[in-house]
Amino acid sequence: MSKLEQFLRSRLAAAIAAVLAGLIVSGIVLAAAGFNPFEAFSVLMQGAFGRPKYIANVIIKATPILLTGVAVSFAFKTGLFNIGAEGQYILGTVFAALVGITCNLPMVFEIPLVILAGTLGGATLGAFIGWLKAKFGVHEVITSIMCNWIAFYLCNFIVMSDAFHKPNSSSAVITNPSCWTVLLPEWKKSKEGMAALSNIPWLKEMLLKTDLNIGIIVAIIVAIVISIVLNRSKLGYELRAVGFNNDASKFAGIPVKRNIILSMLISGGICGLAGALNITGISPHTVTLLAAMENYGFNGLSVAFIAGCSPLGCIPSSILFASLLYGGMSVQQMLGAPSEIISIVIGTIVFFTALPGITPKLADLVAKKNKPQGPPTVSKDGTPLPTAEKEA
Amino acid sequence: MINNLILLVGITLMYSTPLVFGALGGVVSERSGVVNIGIEGMMVVGALAGAAGSYYSGNPWVGFLAAGICGALIALPHAIASISFAADQTISGVAINMLAPGIALFACRALFDGAAMTPVVPKLPKIFGENALVGTPFASLNVNVSTVIALALTVLIWFVLYKTKWGLRVRAVGEHPAAADTLGVNVYGVRYVCVLVSGMLAGFGGASMSIAIMSQFTQTAISGHGFIAMAAVIFGKWTPVGAYLACLVFGFTQALVVVLGGGNFAIPSSILSMLPYIITIIVLVLFVGRSVAPKANGTPYIKGSR
Repeated sequence: MSKLEQFLRSRLAAAIAAVLAGLIVSGIVLAAAGFNPFEAFSVLMQGAFGRPKYIANVIIKATPILLTGVAVSFAFKTGLFNIGAEGQYILGTVFAALVGITCNLPMVFEIPLVILAGTLGGATLGAFIGWLKAKFGVHEVITSIMCNWIAFYLCNFIVMSDAFHKPNSSSAVITNPSCWTVLLPEWKKSKEGMAALSNIPWLKEMLLKTDLNIGIIVAIIVAIVISIVLNRSKLGYELRAVGFNNDASKFAGIPVKRNIILSMLISGGICGLAGALNITGISPHTVTLLAAMENYGFNGLSVAFIAGCSPLGCIPSSILFASLLYGGMSVQQMLGAPSEIISIVIGTIVFFTALPGITPKLADLVAKKNKPQGPPTVSKDGTPLPTAEKEA
Repeated sequence: MINNLILLVGITLMYSTPLVFGALGGVVSERSGVVNIGIEGMMVVGALAGAAGSYYSGNPWVGFLAAGICGALIALPHAIASISFAADQTISGVAINMLAPGIALFACRALFDGAAMTPVVPKLPKIFGENALVGTPFASLNVNVSTVIALALTVLIWFVLYKTKWGLRVRAVGEHPAAADTLGVNVYGVRYVCVLVSGMLAGFGGASMSIAIMSQFTQTAISGHGFIAMAAVIFGKWTPVGAYLACLVFGFTQALVVVLGGGNFAIPSSILSMLPYIITIIVLVLFVGRSVAPKANGTPYIKGSR
């Protein structure tokens, strides 16, 4: 196999081809609507990476969808379609906010407590969905969709309840600052901090003008841990086995029902963690009245699928997704092109990642082209000749 | 009391109509073995096409037809991907859900000077005429004609699926495509037709929201209806009548919320709004239980493979 052919057979090539296809299709749509696609894409890049502040905001936007993406990937690899990431995320924000409002401990205890609460919130909802499937055989997709809305209205109920509503606003009371995870919140506004930062303008801009927080680090660690659990542990092996073949796993002595619940619990927990990190990490540091789904969970589906449901792949995929989302806003501001073009870009990318056959077909073409030039790599009856090894 | 009951029936029928169209679309597609998660997106496109068609022609029926056609058009990429390219149907459906609302809003802004909604457009008529029964307790029973179309289509699809040669082929393709292929059924052809019809039905569903219940397209006209319809497909065990009844259950719980909310009950509105979803889960657990999908649902058929 030539280098090019090898590359074309890799997952990366498929992802790159999908991204290119997304840009081409949306470019055509933009041109058809009378906008210059090249200008639009350069504005998009500027809007996502043009200033340190923008980069920080892209990172902030990428954090929750990286986590929900990992959660969806994890469930998908174990044979479950967690379309309920949205609801589990919401419940995570609610639990985190409730604990953050009611408890006021020193930071070292408060932050882990609030984050744990959010994780628990998502995990509870996930486990509930898994339990309904394991115990009663109710399809997880239906219960997930129902639970999304239950979580949605529960959040609004909490926000508007007498105990937690902040008067004259559309949000709940703000959590205690001791649970905030914004980077160096005191120092960056103090005299010494300002003095130190004035020497490093890019860092100053990132810290002072955005809510840059520890979330992304946590999210990346979670992605790595989940990847290891899934691919290198006994638990991951069992979970994946259940996903591949339910009956065979049962026969092999794997507790299928327990594993379905466990898988949804972990997936839900990661979504809840995403919610908790958004409460502790970015303003307004509390839950607000929801008018529509915020799509942190649904975007996680796209992130996961662009990444081919690999937890590690979700890292670049979430950054790509976040930069499109954030950069897309400036396309609307600067050019007046509808920001929905971003949904078209992302939708096309996801669509083309669903087509597994394109880049391998190209690889076949390359292989065919290369054949007459080199010695034959395959004998007449189709078995590879020994020389085939050398060429690769 | 009687008045409230009649109101309940009327609102149930009204709320369930868009869901019925969407769910029928799901049934048709999934019975042929193609999972269609993209119903939501196809409904959004239908909602815009319905309103825009009605606006430009002045005739809501043109809008309704346009919605069906555009729904089928947006289903086409899903069909190509999942049938010809053996793509992962779940992923392709998720892509449609991302792509379709994007296209709808983009088109809306392009057509209507950057607005994310259309002007008020002519609506589909009510069955007894616009002002019939007004003032009587029966006013809410004067449902939109789309409600009747939904019921008629349910019967029609039931008939086609279970009483005709065509329906037998669709079900065979969804259960065991290889066997159907051996008997000379064109598996790909059947699936293409089913997915396109599914998109058309979802498009009708969108229009029945934008030009029957509402009288314009807005960004939030379709918010989760397609997903509820998808749930109704599974709830109704992949049968048209089952899906219709599931949509009625769902519409009924929503009507209950409206009727209770207007009354003398001191329940916070957010808690009331949860009711439909909670009741659905309870009904599923108590009465429905395990539902078995068509055997080949979600698996691409590759000719010649075992």
